[in-house]
Amino acid sequence: MNAPPKAIAGTSTFLDERLGAGSFLKRNLRKIFPDHWSFLLGEIALYSFIILLLTGTFLTFWFKPGMGHTTYLGSYAPLYGVQMSEAYASTLHITFDVRGGLLIRQMHHWAALLFVAGMMVHMLRVFFTGAYRKPRELNWLIGVLLLSLALVEGLTGYSLPDDLLSGAGLRITQGVALSIPIVGTYISFFLFGGEYPGHDVISRFYSLHILLIPGILLALISAHMILMWVQKHTQMPGKGRTESNVVGAPFYPAFMAKAGAFFLFTFGVIALLGTFAQINPVWLYGPYTPADISAGSQPDFYMGFLEGSLRLMPAWEFNLFGYTFAMSVLIPALVPLGIVMTGLALYPFLEQWVTGDRREHHVCDRPRNNPHRTAIGMAGITFYGVLWLLGANDEISSTFHISLYTTTILGRIAIFVGPAIAYFVAYRICIGLQRKDAEVLSHGVESGVIKRMPNGQYIEVHTPPAEDIAAHIRGKKEIPIIEGGVDGEEVPPKGLRSGVGRLRAKMSKAYGTDHVPFHEEEVEEHAAVGAGEHKQLH
Amino acid sequence: MIGTGISVKSTTARRRHPLARVAVVALALGLLGGGYALAAPNGSTADAAIASGKADDTAQGKSLFVAHCASCHGMNAEGTDKAPTLIGVGAAAVDFQVSSGRMPMGDAGPQALRKPRPEWATDEAISQLAAYVQSLGGGPTIPTADQVDPAQGDPAKGGELFRANCIQCHNFTGSGGALTYGKHAPTLNPATPTEIYEAMITGPQAMPVFNDTTISPEQKRDMIAYITHVRKQVDPGGSGLMRIGPVTEGLVAWIAGIGLLSLAAIWITAKRRRVKA
Ligand code: HEC
Ligand code: HEC
Ligand code: HEM
Repeated sequence: MNAPPKAIAGTSTFLDERLGAGSFLKRNLRKIFPDHWSFLLGEIALYSFIILLLTGTFLTFWFKPGMGHTTYLGSYAPLYGVQMSEAYASTLHITFDVRGGLLIRQMHHWAALLFVAGMMVHMLRVFFTGAYRKPRELNWLIGVLLLSLALVEGLTGYSLPDDLLSGAGLRITQGVALSIPIVGTYISFFLFGGEYPGHDVISRFYSLHILLIPGILLALISAHMILMWVQKHTQMPGKGRTESNVVGAPFYPAFMAKAGAFFLFTFGVIALLGTFAQINPVWLYGPYTPADISAGSQPDFYMGFLEGSLRLMPAWEFNLFGYTFAMSVLIPALVPLGIVMTGLALYPFLEQWVTGDRREHHVCDRPRNNPHRTAIGMAGITFYGVLWLLGANDEISSTFHISLYTTTILGRIAIFVGPAIAYFVAYRICIGLQRKDAEVLSHGVESGVIKRMPNGQYIEVHTPPAEDIAAHIRGKKEIPIIEGGVDGEEVPPKGLRSGVGRLRAKMSKAYGTDHVPFHEEEVEEHAAVGAGEHKQLH
Repeated sequence: MIGTGISVKSTTARRRHPLARVAVVALALGLLGGGYALAAPNGSTADAAIASGKADDTAQGKSLFVAHCASCHGMNAEGTDKAPTLIGVGAAAVDFQVSSGRMPMGDAGPQALRKPRPEWATDEAISQLAAYVQSLGGGPTIPTADQVDPAQGDPAKGGELFRANCIQCHNFTGSGGALTYGKHAPTLNPATPTEIYEAMITGPQAMPVFNDTTISPEQKRDMIAYITHVRKQVDPGGSGLMRIGPVTEGLVAWIAGIGLLSLAAIWITAKRRRVKA
């Protein structure tokens, strides 16, 4: 190629000399990214967030975050002349009288759902592959923070249109604030600027929703991306992949093209949903009045587990020192959220404590190869899932004609039994899959070739697994066990003598013991003999 | 659609494609059309029952009653241990129960459900039955066609009354909801204007009575206008997703949204491997 035109060369030299951009780009454009479909799940959240920023900004052009009364005179006939708040009226205005307004509102809401759902599946991927291990614990914590903030962002956004459905959510929020012992009433008065519902809450939520929380989200997302970039992405185990390399495609052009395509996919799916699937039809719900409440009032899905825990909880409360402790609200509002979020945040550190593993990890685990972690994860999903399902128990009851009380009672049982069953089943499945892997390594795979032996017997020939599959399987790492555990004859080290220490040693042994070790020598032998000659009976 | 990023993008650019409208309209009509088609004939039932009231209607009604209802409600509608007395429930209750197919009651369940009417239960037969029960001890009568004409009501006013009185059981959109003891408040979509009015003045089963002092006849007409208007309205935002709100929305976000995007992710990453191999 001949030299670039002067205009370009001149500018790029100018930039290069001042920003050092050239060497920065050279270094970073060649950054290698490993390839696995599940590594794209986080990008669903990233791109949804970008779409949220764009569509949300569009909405701010017309949305009026006020609770002053107006009379609706817009084009939606069944509400014509009805008294309502400015916020609700302006949402109707966006919906029916702003060109493209309904589409953008719907895209905003669908993007919000995909933002949270994308984060959740991304987080599950990271959890089940152990990608949160050293040195990535901080990025994991940022992720947990992002998820928590997204819930608050969703709650505040959801309340903005001031319709009857979101009002029900607001009322529950106030109920939770009130149930906090001693200071509850003050918090509620502070939040709502006086008696519920007051005149301030929408504008306050608005500032939080469009300024403060998106700002923090943006900062945290940037930090998340930078850390990921600096620490490099983890990779799945496989041929030639080690703890000290990254096998994949360079950021530019291969990965960038993929990421770009995936952005368009995300945008496409959100646009399709926004066009063809109606979401949050606030005109059907009507304006908020504290006196009215509808059957089937549910929050958005990411709040569903809190709704469910509220519905599950028996009506417990007691009085102490003249204060009422409304346990029936406080426990369901705080305990499941606490279990889920704290559990997520602490898991990497708990695992480190149990295994004593302080090494760095850049190659992911296949979920089956750490059966206890996978089982704990599945138990967590079940816990969350039961609560989530119970958040919709009235819809379940009326759709499937099951008595409402029956669903509640089943839920109360399932919330304790379900996770235990899930733990057990997931654990067994992992061990089963590991056995299968071990078998593939030692006996090879079925080749589909049937041979007749001289004595008339028919057998199927087994061939050694393809190299990349074998490498993928062999990527299984042992999970360390802390030394001097329970069954050791010798005296356990100091740290493990106390009650906690003994428990730790026991857990470490359970967590780390490999029940299905591979017998690699055997494989070599078979591979050497060759498939056609050596007949494996199965 | 799921071809390349490019084709998705051009689809969104053409989002006002006429086909989108057609699809939406067809879907909404499919959902609502069936129920609404029932509305017309029953409006005239009401007229007939009121206008006639002839003596032989009562006699005819009595023999129908003996044939189809007496086994449960007693020979003279005095009630048995199987079913309550019908003295004083009024023609409106009979018209509501029989025209919606609830009576004669089918299998024992937590509540009598709407079902197709039996062969014999023509509009005429129902008005004769109603006249007979009315003659036993009075009670609320069947509303006139004027009283239930949605065109004469104000849907906006009716909407406010509807939200204040009905949605805690029937949902914002009249799509129904669960009650305790295995009962549920049904969807309002199949109910005719006359049946809506009658439901309010007779309070079938677990539903409370909304008499004329609680909600005046004009207000009832406003509510009928609101209910019928909203249920036949084409959802402007696409498929209404059963109009039950966040539960179906969440399912769609996960199944369609995350599902499609996971497929896209698999497709994007799988492609490369094939090229390289
Ligand atoms: C299989 C028994 C059975 C038959 C047959 C039956 N009913 Fe009923 N009916 C009931 C029961 C039970 C109830 C009470 C339902 C409830 O309250 O849940 C009832 C309630 C009613 C009511 C409502 C009473 C009120 O207080 O509002 C009316 C009206 C009625 N029946 C009319 C009829 C008519 C007319 C027929 C004949 C076409 C009929 N029923 C046939 C069992 C029956
Ligand atoms: C306490 C809950 C409750 C309230 C409040 C209530 N309903 Fe009902 N409604 C019911 C139940 C339960 C039924 C079903 C009765 C049956 O089983 O026959 C019903 C049935 C109906 C039906 C008949 C539906 C059909 O399938 O034909 C109509 C129409 C109706 N209600 C209208 C209203 C209106 C209008 C209001 C407000 C003024 C209202 N309801 C308020 C519980 C309620
Ligand atoms: C980052 C995550 C975000 C989430 C999860 C989120 C979520 C939501 C939700 C659920 C609603 C209710 C929408 C409806 O159905 O009407 C909403 C409304 C709204 N959001 Fe967001 N949003 C986010 C970001 C933003 C941003 C960045 C802005 C603006 C810069 C914004 C501006 C608005 C506005 C103005 C409304 C008004 C309601 C309306 O007219 O429909 N949002 N948001």
